[in-house]
Amino acid sequence: MNRRSLLKASAAAGAVAALPRFAIAQPRQARLLRFVPHANLAVLDPIWTTAYISRNHGLMVYDTLFGIDREFQPQPQMAEGLAVEDDGRTATVTLREGLYFHDGERVRAQDCVASLKRWMKRNPIGQHLEGLTEELTAVDDRRLRFRLKQPFPMLAHALGTIGAPIPFIMPERLANTDPFQQVREVVGSGPYRFKADEFNSGSLVVYERFAGYAPTPHAGNGLLSGPKTVHFDRVEWHIITDAATAAGALQAGEIDWYEQPPPEIQQLLRRNRQISVEPLDRLPLTGIMRFNHLHPPFSEKRMRQAILPAVSQEDHMIAIVGTDKDLYQTGTGIFTPGTPLANDEGMEVLTGPRSIERARQLLREAGYTNQPIRLLGSTDILAPSAMTQVAADMFRRLEVNLDLVLTDWGTVVQRRASREPLERGGWSVFCTAFNAYDFLDPAGHFPLRGNGTSGWFGWPTVPRLEELRLEWFGAPDLEAQQRIAREIQRVALDEVVYVPLGSYLSIMAMRRNLEGRVPGPPVFWGIRRA
Amino acid sequence: MLAYVVRRILATIPVMAVVALFVFSLLYIAPGDPAAVIAGDQATPEDVERIRASLGLDRPFLVRFGEWVIRILQGDLGVSIFTNLPVTTMIAQRIEPTLSLMVLTLILAVVVAIPMGVLAAWKQGTWIDRGVMAFAVLGFSVPVFVVGYLLAYVFALELEWLPVQGYTSFSAGFWPWLENLILPAVALGSVYIALIARITRATMLEVLSQDYIRTARAKGASQGSILFLHALKNAAVPIVTVIGIGIALLIGGAVVTESVFAIPGLGRLTVDAILRRDYPVIQGVVLLFSFIYVLVNLAIDLVYTLFDPRIRY
Repeated sequence: MNRRSLLKASAAAGAVAALPRFAIAQPRQARLLRFVPHANLAVLDPIWTTAYISRNHGLMVYDTLFGIDREFQPQPQMAEGLAVEDDGRTATVTLREGLYFHDGERVRAQDCVASLKRWMKRNPIGQHLEGLTEELTAVDDRRLRFRLKQPFPMLAHALGTIGAPIPFIMPERLANTDPFQQVREVVGSGPYRFKADEFNSGSLVVYERFAGYAPTPHAGNGLLSGPKTVHFDRVEWHIITDAATAAGALQAGEIDWYEQPPPEIQQLLRRNRQISVEPLDRLPLTGIMRFNHLHPPFSEKRMRQAILPAVSQEDHMIAIVGTDKDLYQTGTGIFTPGTPLANDEGMEVLTGPRSIERARQLLREAGYTNQPIRLLGSTDILAPSAMTQVAADMFRRLEVNLDLVLTDWGTVVQRRASREPLERGGWSVFCTAFNAYDFLDPAGHFPLRGNGTSGWFGWPTVPRLEELRLEWFGAPDLEAQQRIAREIQRVALDEVVYVPLGSYLSIMAMRRNLEGRVPGPPVFWGIRRA
Repeated sequence: MLAYVVRRILATIPVMAVVALFVFSLLYIAPGDPAAVIAGDQATPEDVERIRASLGLDRPFLVRFGEWVIRILQGDLGVSIFTNLPVTTMIAQRIEPTLSLMVLTLILAVVVAIPMGVLAAWKQGTWIDRGVMAFAVLGFSVPVFVVGYLLAYVFALELEWLPVQGYTSFSAGFWPWLENLILPAVALGSVYIALIARITRATMLEVLSQDYIRTARAKGASQGSILFLHALKNAAVPIVTVIGIGIALLIGGAVVTESVFAIPGLGRLTVDAILRRDYPVIQGVVLLFSFIYVLVNLAIDLVYTLFDPRIRY
């Protein structure tokens, strides 16, 4: 090869190399938003599962009769209004005009009745409502009526709940599906339409703007209230499991929004001027340590109480989000900090001086004689994994007979369902985290229940908690609710139904050319390209 | 020959049966519960139980295994517990990226590694030989994901020549397809290139010391003809064997590479299915991989006859 032919070849190679860059340098499709969610969307029915990712998918596709606002007050969404008569024993919801499903069918009251009946089987506040409901019927195509056994002032709250599963409205033909089986089709009446033909679980989820969506005329105040006005014709969820790859894609402009970068990646992304790294929501998630109340040693109340002086909420939170104090809070009680029911009743057991020595002494006094303590932990999900490591260290320093079992989360959720004693594969304690909206109030607060083996994993039996929960449902106003919530927290911490491990903000990263995002779970109305 | 091929294909049936029984049993005894994963954290044990019953996971092992085998015999791999999609559909969605990655890696590896190995053998003891061997050691030693991250950092983030991640179907055009696969193929191919280059060198060294090579030189054959016609053809059988064994390596490596470059292939499908205990998908993908591997072995046995006329079936 001579010099001239070498130069020609180099020029040709350069031109070829330039081709893809030319393509990439084209103006971005302004009406397309590319998002990396925190998990793979595997289950498309947000009633069948309580997984947050399916709830977020539901928020894209479905609509609700009411939606709560930033002050946790229900505002009409699909509903035009709610009329309460007969001393609160009859409640009629009227639908707005012009509501359509994605298959072109009109939304009718019959669809809402079937959807709510299915939802009431799966959601705790729905189950309570079902118990109070004598009859739920469609009066005509636009009106559905509850005939209640007793007044239920929280009806609109229940119909607008943000705790999974959310009462999404589906066509009657789908909503008639058994609540413990998955619906076979995704047809909602929400702002975006699910593109089943492009769905590739584990890789890509595509939503297309629903031209027939009519946003509510009622002004909103954040969260799920107000008009759901969308500014993108197409939203793509790209499932990227590797954090470094997702971060690289965000830096390169291949994606616009990364829901949950881990702390070490956040540091990297903060250095990029094109990227904004900020809390996803103003409300924090809460970490918890849950004991097995069925078997020794933590079937003994004094044993559970003995652990408390050793628990450092700060240590657990730093393990999740790092040392930036703006990202976590200590002094977290039973309800989500910053929400109306959060209070400081009985908190001295967690906010007083921390002492391993004191905890050891209390354990001895409680009769601990080196029984094995099995801590279940996952290695593949950030928050439970980090909290498990801190908890394991705490138990080791307490010099207990610790059996640390680390597996993937899929195994943890199976093993924690075992009610067997340790020698038959049971467990003593595990750590997990809950979304802010799960701990807003006693209604959907699973770990707070005291209904024994009918309750959530760990199965504490505390009748007083169940009484207080029922009292709370009937509370006439916020003041009464707050009074009951203080008593609930006092009982819960005294019984140590679980140990709050602190609260932390979930951090997201997005390109700076996006604005108008609604704080809260990732929703795609309001947000637009600047 | 035809009778041999038919016999070998028939022999895959008991192999697949054993694989099927092994996979089903393994999943049955392995910890994990898809119903618990589906129900999510905000569900009670009763909810989990009812979901388990609705999925038929509470039925005895033999009943479930029997139903599964009958379906397999009808060509039905079942339906994903989570997505409700047929496993065949999910595999069909994912097979193109994985096959593209594997084929491109294979081509890259063969095109690069064999000349490297031949060159190293020819120039034995020189800096070229040492350079090739150093590259081979490096290729073996550095994990695929490290190579992947390095390539992505340099060529995607710093130089901006290629995309960081993703996959574009071949139907969207050759270049969009290729640009997404170059970095993953190089990353995945690094181990494979090292393996084939080493084997090629070692085999070539042995062949180059044979009498007939000396004869070829004595009769004045060119260096190229000696290396590629006389020596390489006789060294081909072990090299082809290693290429075949390497396909198993590729399947394993594809899982990591697909994760690093967010390629929606069978590797990621398998990992996702294992993590959430989607039994029908795991079973379907493992059966498919086993079948591919059996076929690859058969193909390699047949290729032997091309290089060595003494081999007859």
